[in-house]
Amino acid sequence: MSILVNKNSRIVCQGITGRQGSFHAEQCIEYGTQIVAGVTPGRGGEKHLGVPIFNSTHTAVAELGADVSMIYVPAPFAADAILEAADAGIKVIVCITEGIPVLDMVRVKAGLADYDCRLIGPNCPGIITPGEAKIGIMPGFIHKPGRVGIISRSGTLTYEAVYQTTNNGLGQTTCVGIGGDPIRGMNFIDCLELFERDDVTEGIIMVGEIGGSDEEAAARYIKEHISKPVVSYIAGVTAPPGKRMGHAGAIISGGEGTADAKFAALEAAGVSTVRSPAELGSAMLEQLGG
Amino acid sequence: MNLHEYQAKQLFARFGIPVSTGEVADSPKSARSAAATLGGDLWVVKAQVHAGGRGKAGGVKLAKSLDEVEAAAAAMLGQRLITKQTVAEGLPINQVFVESGSNIERELYMSIVVDRAAERIAFMVSEAGGMDIEEVAVATPEKIFTVAVNPGAGLQPYQVRKMGFGLGLTAAQLKQFGVMCNNLYRLFCECDLSMLEINPLIVDTKGDLLALDAKINIEDNALFRQPDLVSMRDLSQEDEKESKAAAYDLNYVSLDGNIACMVNGAGLAMATMDLIQLHGGEPANFLDVGGGATPERVSEAFKLILSNTSVKAILVNIFGGIVRCDLIAEGIIQAVREVNVNVPVVARLEGTNVKKGRELLANSGLDILTADNLTDAATKVVAAAA
Repeated sequence: MSILVNKNSRIVCQGITGRQGSFHAEQCIEYGTQIVAGVTPGRGGEKHLGVPIFNSTHTAVAELGADVSMIYVPAPFAADAILEAADAGIKVIVCITEGIPVLDMVRVKAGLADYDCRLIGPNCPGIITPGEAKIGIMPGFIHKPGRVGIISRSGTLTYEAVYQTTNNGLGQTTCVGIGGDPIRGMNFIDCLELFERDDVTEGIIMVGEIGGSDEEAAARYIKEHISKPVVSYIAGVTAPPGKRMGHAGAIISGGEGTADAKFAALEAAGVSTVRSPAELGSAMLEQLGG
Repeated sequence: MNLHEYQAKQLFARFGIPVSTGEVADSPKSARSAAATLGGDLWVVKAQVHAGGRGKAGGVKLAKSLDEVEAAAAAMLGQRLITKQTVAEGLPINQVFVESGSNIERELYMSIVVDRAAERIAFMVSEAGGMDIEEVAVATPEKIFTVAVNPGAGLQPYQVRKMGFGLGLTAAQLKQFGVMCNNLYRLFCECDLSMLEINPLIVDTKGDLLALDAKINIEDNALFRQPDLVSMRDLSQEDEKESKAAAYDLNYVSLDGNIACMVNGAGLAMATMDLIQLHGGEPANFLDVGGGATPERVSEAFKLILSNTSVKAILVNIFGGIVRCDLIAEGIIQAVREVNVNVPVVARLEGTNVKKGRELLANSGLDILTADNLTDAATKVVAAAA
């Protein structure tokens, strides 16, 4: 088992003919992911990477039964692409695009409330169920089917956690990069809930970073609802405070956001925390046993 | 991206938000003539820097004559202003804003931010204006009123009333306040702001509302569609290394330590800094070379790192996903040869084409220490810097 995506997922790639979309869609196909369609408005009827191109996501869904979307559309147009995917009936929308204006995401989140779908990202590496479906930009070869679910706000730190759990034999059920933007789709809690329900996932690695209070919220959720062992690391203990935001934002989030506060909240919830990202794999192994 | 107060006030005026009248000046003489043009017998001379806390730092002076205006401007221009929000060496004062003095009845506080928890634009007001709002939040949180705006419905009258009554405004003021809030909301959305702060928002002795200060931050991701605002950018207020880095698509932040790092990915870059500290060292910078690191960018990154003279060792930490380790290794070798790197370099490469990358480094004949994993890398670089 796994969460959100598997070998039966039928993926449409929005922005497949662009440089980024083309490069990564090809890697996903090589990994064995079922990319069934691409969308580039104005190029419907063509083929790219052997995949039929449509003018709209709606047609890709209607004609080929796509149920997952992978978005590489450039930032100025990405908000529209997300809402188009939702309106077309896509259930899992994975937006890789970096640099979407935050006010666009405010509108997207309000718009998505009308649909029964999940958004992963934006500004994320994507999601992978090892051996079944790679939907995103992560290097496929470091993954291995196995027992651990991984959730992370950072791309390359996800790879660290993946690589360590591959090397020590644990392997992964599904890895979700939820993205580094302040306003995003799925959050830690959404993923924790799914991993808790997934029969194969035995333990969960959660990688957070400074800013916002999502890790604190996740800590409260873990205490109440998660029975599986959770190992966590927070990046940014040494980061200088308040570099950009001025003071107004810090108040609304209630003074939360430092790595220390997040570590403390997680530890209070019984999460096994590590101060070095190099210890994520070994800490999980200790929890689950060989 | 930040704007100066005088630029923010120009924007306010364009959106129909009442501001104090004033003029910007870059010499004591022009400050004097600005005051003469404004007329009256009371002026305020304000240093234009991208930081709050100017009043307490001597960057805001009251003047009762044209001579005093000129003297205040002369004392500020060409100096650096150090406030609790600036870096230690402060920010250069190249301009002052001369404005007519106001007759203040009450000082209020207002800010608008993107509230990441609510995922909405949120207003925050308090009757404790002119004060440090963080202190108000801790000491008297009941004096702060917030509303979050549904982006589809927009700012609603009941939300304006909640804030207005919270501020103790009269019926007539509430009307002005409503117009002001709607204009501010329009400004916030149309200009892609991430933060707007008015501290203080005053009620003058005639009972009218007026923005006495204005602080604006424009969201960096939206700058591509705000060319007018980008043209208002003042690079003298920004860290030179950080601006230079941005020009090469590198994300750089200066820190106080002596171990430089170069990493791909923001999360791993922060984690690398943490690792250095965990093993007894102090990071000199945050540097994310991004996913598409080319040899040229790696080379520029080395130059940037080495422009900080306190750097005693460099840690390169790359997990090649999109980016191939052999390309990174070529970049490192090219940079070490060209840039004349004279401090020890520790490189930890992992991921795509890692074997080839490590071979390239080993056979380069250069003094580059390779590390097998994160812990090994941190230990080696801390030892090298000692």
